[in-house]
Amino acid sequence: MIKYLKLDDQKCVGCMSCATACSLAYAKEDNPAKARIQVNGLGNGRFHLVACDQECRRCVAECPVQAITVNKQGVVMIDKKLCVGCLACVAVCPTEAMRFYPAESTPFKCVACGICVKACPKGALEIAEKEDSPASRFPFEAAAAARRDSTDQGERS
Amino acid sequence: MSRAFEMKDFKLLSETRFDRKPVNRGYAMRTMHVDVGSRTMKEKPVSAEMKAKFVGGKGFGLRLLWDGTKPTTKWNDPENEIVIAMGPVCGNTNYPGSGKSLVVSLSPMTGVPIDSNVGGYFGPYLKFGGWDALEVQGKSDRETIVFIDNAEGFVRFYEAPAGLQEDTHLLADELTRAFAGGLASGGASPDPTELQAISVVSAGRGADHSPMGVLNFSLYDKRRDGIRVKQAGRGGIGTVLRDKKIRALVVRYKGVTQNANDAADPAAVQRLGLKMHREIVVNDDKQCKMRKQGTAHLMEVMNDYDLLPTKNHKYGQDPKGPELASWVWEKLFSQNLPDGCWFGCTLACAHAVDHFKLQTGPYKDQKVCVDGPEYETAAGVGSNLYVYDPNGILELNFYCDTYGIDTISFGTMTSFLMECWELGVLNADRTDGIDLSWGNWKGAAQILHDMADGKRFGVLAGQGVKRLAEYFAAEYGADAQLMRDIALHGKGLEQSEYVSKESLAQQGGYYLTNKGPQHDEAWLIFMDMVNNKIPSFEDKAEALHYFPMFRTWFGLQGLCKLPWNDIEPSDNGKWPESNKVPEHVHNYIDLYKAITGLDLDWDGLIRQSERVYNFQRIFNVRQGHGHRKDDYPPYRAMGPVLEDEYLAREERYDKQMKEKIGVDPAGKSTGEKLRITREFRLGQYDTLIDAVFKRRGWTSEGIPRPDHLKDIGMDLPELLEVVGRHI
Repeated sequence: MIKYLKLDDQKCVGCMSCATACSLAYAKEDNPAKARIQVNGLGNGRFHLVACDQECRRCVAECPVQAITVNKQGVVMIDKKLCVGCLACVAVCPTEAMRFYPAESTPFKCVACGICVKACPKGALEIAEKEDSPASRFPFEAAAAARRDSTDQGERS
Repeated sequence: MSRAFEMKDFKLLSETRFDRKPVNRGYAMRTMHVDVGSRTMKEKPVSAEMKAKFVGGKGFGLRLLWDGTKPTTKWNDPENEIVIAMGPVCGNTNYPGSGKSLVVSLSPMTGVPIDSNVGGYFGPYLKFGGWDALEVQGKSDRETIVFIDNAEGFVRFYEAPAGLQEDTHLLADELTRAFAGGLASGGASPDPTELQAISVVSAGRGADHSPMGVLNFSLYDKRRDGIRVKQAGRGGIGTVLRDKKIRALVVRYKGVTQNANDAADPAAVQRLGLKMHREIVVNDDKQCKMRKQGTAHLMEVMNDYDLLPTKNHKYGQDPKGPELASWVWEKLFSQNLPDGCWFGCTLACAHAVDHFKLQTGPYKDQKVCVDGPEYETAAGVGSNLYVYDPNGILELNFYCDTYGIDTISFGTMTSFLMECWELGVLNADRTDGIDLSWGNWKGAAQILHDMADGKRFGVLAGQGVKRLAEYFAAEYGADAQLMRDIALHGKGLEQSEYVSKESLAQQGGYYLTNKGPQHDEAWLIFMDMVNNKIPSFEDKAEALHYFPMFRTWFGLQGLCKLPWNDIEPSDNGKWPESNKVPEHVHNYIDLYKAITGLDLDWDGLIRQSERVYNFQRIFNVRQGHGHRKDDYPPYRAMGPVLEDEYLAREERYDKQMKEKIGVDPAGKSTGEKLRITREFRLGQYDTLIDAVFKRRGWTSEGIPRPDHLKDIGMDLPELLEVVGRHI
């Protein structure tokens, strides 16, 4: 199963409570540019929410140092100690859910923690689960993950 | 399977400790000098003048090599050096193609400085300990490993233990695993991050017996849990390494970060890099498909345009060409892997064929990872040998790499041998029984195995085409002129793998080079032959000034050339001088400024290169070369040598005779037409040399003029002294 942040654009009113809660939690400041969720105004009171769907994993396959892996909940995690800050993951992300802040050394993304869910006054967000797609899309990743599991070296914080 | 080593298996001979030093604005402002004879290390400061005039990378390498050697120094003298230098932009993780090291040495093939641009982790890891370059000098009395631990701050000289492998695919793997974790763990750490922190420079047994030895620069690939290698291929630097009895150089460094270069403007470095990553992600599939095929994407294009070397560059095309097309390689290469040779290179052209089963040699029946082939290899040991079996190419590719042999020199040399076989100069008695018929890749493989063993025909063959042409004329009574015509080399270095016959500008691009005929200075064939954009001699001379200078700049910075024009902005075509890819040039200028904090514009970029380029030319002169007479191609690179070669393209050559030479070919014998064509083409090349030398600020003999040196700020006393003796 994959744990992920389920987004409902129809319910979003653009209050930015989610971005505030997220950036305060992870960047210690209220700054939407540092939030792991993005609220994009479409005009006419409509909004489009962006956060990682945890499913496509192109960033996982692209990372040259395997700093990006999938944890046991199916969530895509970045190991900041391993990351070399190349931003290839940002470039390959099809939804621009992988983000970075200028001159900060590592990128960041939603890890489906649920802090924003509690902050949202309109119920536009929820932590949900979905079926995993076949791991065979990236056989080298699957093999590496199996090695990590067997040597118990995976899951660096 | 060989046994695993730990650090305690290596006998310590000496140790020097050093203070690690952070890089500041792309520079460490010091270099490391290692003498493997006395087993000592010393630090040298980088002067402000050195930084200003020589910039970094190849510039620093040549400066250090000049200072460390004498006009009389030969490649195998102890004072000859291997210098590995990085450049200020090297090691940034954002801009694709930023992990290159530039290696220079006095070449066993040419006697003049060779420079080779190579990926792998060694250079950046070396740099981030606080070193702009590494000089390796001296000769050891025993098999030596030099271990530079940039994580702990020491250099150690070890004796290679008994049983340690010699061929790179095993040796680099053994050393990476042995030294992973460093002294603290005693080595042999299984942690992938520790393994990734090691990079090895090595050659192989072939480099012990042939002047065309390469240096393999390793990187540990976490996904494959194995070693990949990239080559400093040209000119025999691997042979110099082995002559010094160095089994390997090992570096260790941990903790590469986004701003390890301490850039003046790290956000600008990110912005420029991300812009390129996105351009690559969007455009690569529509353009060169580097991410899927690497440089092998060129195969069918070259075959279509009669440029793919076939049978020792006799032809440029064959109906079998498509059997080696890009889509064939795409299927063989493992896909969806970030196969860059340094972190953050999303162009990711360093492809590999995994689990390839070998058919010959000491590793027969083993499954290995083959790094490549790149275009040069696929053409050099493929079509040029009339080998159209991808498995044969992969086998030759693998054994060249692991034995430490340059695939380009090996390909061009073997094609020469096969043509000599066809001409009857060689036979089974003279090759120790090796059948060198066109297409017999197993014969070529046997030459390689001979080179590694240091026995039989391969030892003679491995001397390279210049020496072979002389030898076959002297010993076997071969026609000396014919041997010179078909031995494709300049200055002793084998030509790389594009047919240059129909492009005068490319003949200059190959042979009016400092190190010998390598396409990294200028690739003008399409501009010249296909698109006719540089019709006059002055146009060609301008291109043969601009492009070599521009491309030299990559080597000053620690950059790769490929992300310059193997990927282009979508709107590149609408700009004037689109063949210069102006937007990317501006990226590079901005990148240099963002990292170093120094100012630069387009003219200044060319000026930086011009200084180093002229320095290298004068270095050649100092070593007794570097004159006009050293800059001529063998005729095979210029036109048809043989009658059947003419007849195969008779319509083209007859048309040129009528239109360009003004002679009616009607009624003339093929021999006569060959002679007329030849005279004309030789004359054209002479006129080209005049125009190019003039544009470069050189005398008609090819010596940089003192007033030109003054103009470019390179009127250093030691240079004026050398050129003064020749003017």
